[in-house]
Amino acid sequence: MANKFTGIGSESKQLATWYFTFAAIIFGAQLLFGLVAAIQYVMPGFLFEVVDFNVARMIHINALVVWMVFAMFGSVYYLLPDETGIETIGIKIGKLLFWIFAAAIVVVVLVYLLVQVGPATETTIWFINEGREYIEAPRWADWGIVVVALGFVANLWLTGMSGKRSGIVTVLMADMIAFAGLYLAGMFFTDNIVMDQYWWWWVIHLWVEATWEVFVGAIAAYGLITMIGASRKVVEMWLWIEVAMLFGSGILGIGHHYFWIGTPEYWWEIGALFSALEPLPLVAMFIHVMYDWGKQQGKQNASGEVVSVINNKPAFLWFWMNAFGNFLGAGIWGFFHTLPQVNLYTHGTQFTSAHGHLAFFGAYATILIGMMYIAVQGKNGIKVLKHTKSSIWAVSMIVGGVMGMTIALTIAGYVQVLVSRAQMGATWAGYFDGQQGVWFAQAMDWRLLMGVITFLGFIFLVKDLLSTGKNPVHER
Amino acid sequence: MANKSVWSDNRFWQRSAAWVTGFASVLLIWLTFDTMGQIAIGTDADLQSGVTKRVPGPTVINYKISYEMSTKRGHEVPVIGEKEKFFGRDDYSEEEAGALLHLGKLGSQAKNCMNCHTLLGNGAYYAPDLTKAWLDPAWQDGGTMQAMTGKSTKEEAMAEFLQHPSTYPTHSRMMPNLGITAQEAKGLVAFLKHMSSIDTNGFPRNFGRMQGAVNGK
Repeated sequence: MANKFTGIGSESKQLATWYFTFAAIIFGAQLLFGLVAAIQYVMPGFLFEVVDFNVARMIHINALVVWMVFAMFGSVYYLLPDETGIETIGIKIGKLLFWIFAAAIVVVVLVYLLVQVGPATETTIWFINEGREYIEAPRWADWGIVVVALGFVANLWLTGMSGKRSGIVTVLMADMIAFAGLYLAGMFFTDNIVMDQYWWWWVIHLWVEATWEVFVGAIAAYGLITMIGASRKVVEMWLWIEVAMLFGSGILGIGHHYFWIGTPEYWWEIGALFSALEPLPLVAMFIHVMYDWGKQQGKQNASGEVVSVINNKPAFLWFWMNAFGNFLGAGIWGFFHTLPQVNLYTHGTQFTSAHGHLAFFGAYATILIGMMYIAVQGKNGIKVLKHTKSSIWAVSMIVGGVMGMTIALTIAGYVQVLVSRAQMGATWAGYFDGQQGVWFAQAMDWRLLMGVITFLGFIFLVKDLLSTGKNPVHER
Repeated sequence: MANKSVWSDNRFWQRSAAWVTGFASVLLIWLTFDTMGQIAIGTDADLQSGVTKRVPGPTVINYKISYEMSTKRGHEVPVIGEKEKFFGRDDYSEEEAGALLHLGKLGSQAKNCMNCHTLLGNGAYYAPDLTKAWLDPAWQDGGTMQAMTGKSTKEEAMAEFLQHPSTYPTHSRMMPNLGITAQEAKGLVAFLKHMSSIDTNGFPRNFGRMQGAVNGK
């Protein structure tokens, strides 16, 4: 039977590594097309009418969603045998669905790149792109995603019901069914743009500010048990508290997207109140990681044996970055502009983009990279996985690069808010007055530079993930 | 067991999580029902009898739209005024106007507008927000765009620009040619005009005020 250190022999863990590998490739695509878009801000003629900003940006954000979903599926397939004590049920179907999913993604991206846009007909919505930010995937692919997600949820449920159903598995079972079901809210066409955006936010917000956050809570719980031997009882109690806090604030926090899209005024109060509470669970999650780490290390030290309790250094560092980055990117940067009095001016500016970059990275990219390191450890039967030069360079450059981009975009956002919005009244001319300001232009130069640093860090990350398993430095 | 506190009991927190999630979900669903009623698209009869809807019917393209400060609500709101010609007509039927809006909304998705522009403030930040684009001073009589495109009405100027965007560069950052046909352009302009009539609770603030034009007039 599989245990915490050996993924060897488990088909579920093998499938997890497939998911992680494909996720890493798509992660690379996300960064490359992000660079194209960043270059276009600095040099607008770059690839003009070849790969325009709309195409580059669409691939940038779609690749983001897709690699994260792949890595999330991978994480679940990885931890299921450990948690339930049995091999994942329906693993053969899981493997088949992986290939269907991966092939569909490749086709979708090729069509984005080669066809790009179509005539104003339903056919375009069905076969080229749906033109709705984050969920641009054409309708045929939507149905494919629904089938694959249902297969994944079925595997998770069947395994959870047959094996040992831990608190972590119970949370994941409930969370993943909501995650898959919410996608349906984004699969219809309407002439009414207000109705369109109302339901569109059910997918986007209830994913990233509710179900995905709960997923992260469950993965963090698994990571703490696996990496530092934290007490399951304590970790799972925290997990339930986090679920209550995350869903309690996040579900109605959706109101902060309903301030200005044509929806009634009462969303001002509801959105402001509940979204202002959203950072609280993120603070709690950070404290939880620090507390458990200190407690376990203290216990170890008290026994007279002064060695680290962490059995996977790079993974734990990424999990720590997650705990802090989630709080900073989603919590602080989100709270900056969540009150309607502020959001009236910041809505639709680079401010949102700054928050988006740090939140997606801090809340999700970090912990999923951490899970990839846990899989490398398991796959190679390593007892203590240590840092290498590459793992240190990777984390430093990626974290530094994303922080740098976030700060640059925040400054660009300030310029936009003050010049284009407050001073110039948000018109076409006002928009370009802001864009052409020296501070805005400098911020965009810095963003590009920091983007390049992030990409170089990604190369170190890939190198490390591919090679560290064979490195003799680790304890086996 | 008697001394065990409920605050460190996993089952207590599990139940709390279920109750909190259930309560929040029920409240969201209830509010959604209310919102659905308020954001349903209006009808031609509403427009003729002066009933204000948050999202007016498609025949709003037959009317003049402006964006004016409401002292009662403390922010600007769209105001639907007298009849105004749109591509030479102000008598579009509900079906005709609905078909134009349908074409325009489909076009806005098929041409991926949202990955450069923002619509109702959502989308990408590479190009101007389109929420009140119809009311932008640049497109009005005497604005720069009518002169540049050689057209004498704003709808014709907008349609011409949409079909040949890189022929009329306004900045080094240009809109690419997206293969928009004349009919699609007409639909897109109808979609933009309709969007400008949506009550967005005062977003964007002060729109058009700083350009010499008063409230989009």
